[in-house]
Amino acid sequence: MKRSAQRGVTTFSAGLLFGVGLCVSGMTRPSKVIGFLDVAGAWDASLLVVMMGAVGVHFVAYRFLIARRSAPLLADRFSLPAARGIDLSLLGGAVLFGVGWGLGGYCPGPAVVSLASGAIGAFVFVAAMAMAMFVTGKLMAVASEGRRAGREGRRS
Amino acid sequence: MSELEGGARLARSPPQSVLDDVWMHDFTPVASLIGGALIGLAASLLLLVTGRVAGISGIVARLLLGAPGGRSWRLLFLAGLLVAGLAFRVLEPAAMTASPRSLALLAVSGVLVGAGTYLSHGCTSGHGVCGISRLSPRSMLATVTFVLTGMLTATLVRWLGAGV
Repeated sequence: MKRSAQRGVTTFSAGLLFGVGLCVSGMTRPSKVIGFLDVAGAWDASLLVVMMGAVGVHFVAYRFLIARRSAPLLADRFSLPAARGIDLSLLGGAVLFGVGWGLGGYCPGPAVVSLASGAIGAFVFVAAMAMAMFVTGKLMAVASEGRRAGREGRRS
Repeated sequence: MSELEGGARLARSPPQSVLDDVWMHDFTPVASLIGGALIGLAASLLLLVTGRVAGISGIVARLLLGAPGGRSWRLLFLAGLLVAGLAFRVLEPAAMTASPRSLALLAVSGVLVGAGTYLSHGCTSGHGVCGISRLSPRSMLATVTFVLTGMLTATLVRWLGAGV
């Protein structure tokens, strides 16, 4: 099998495994997520255990298998996020995300998986999320383009 | 019982004591640990083999806004998520339940999640699982922020009561 096909199979399998993990852990049940986030009600710590399991495995794999490599197994290089500082965008964005998550009980992963259940709420959420991502992305692009043009204008 | 509380209390046996009512009725540590481990395994597989981060908000955003690295791998990953969902729909449909919130509230929630995850460049998978595992200070801070904010919001929603 060609390398690119092997990558494709692995990528699909990773998505499948991820989705299975979300379903098994109960994260595709917004009431369960809200049960964790709502600290005043009968508190359900399950989400914390999910994170512990996920980070537990991924931390070990990263530290002992991945970090020491100069390249992935089937690709030329790692595509890790660009190094950015801690800024208003990070913090403000995290606050907005937290509010949205606390309101609906959905975050992106479980919402996408839940589309398969046919639940209308999942479709409404994902559609709204996609729209907002698109608009925010475009607005941010226009804003940074404007800032860049402004800087160049001042130099000339 | 309001719609808000109904979701968290589905299929629960009557409390045996006062403590029952406030302490971990739906706690499912084994399923959570196993499911979490599978999520970690999936993220590790993707990163080790293809060099990509399993951050779902980023995957969706880049599909919409165009991205270096192309659309194929992102579509394949999302296809995997959906096929997993379909499998559970057939084998164990109770794994996915509807949100107890109204459609209007879900729309608002979606907008906030979309904008927020774009601005912070990540979500529970990207920052919470992948970033924290790499000991990224940004991700640790982002995760603490959105978890605390989420808790504040969900708790406030309960206190403000019906009408949502």
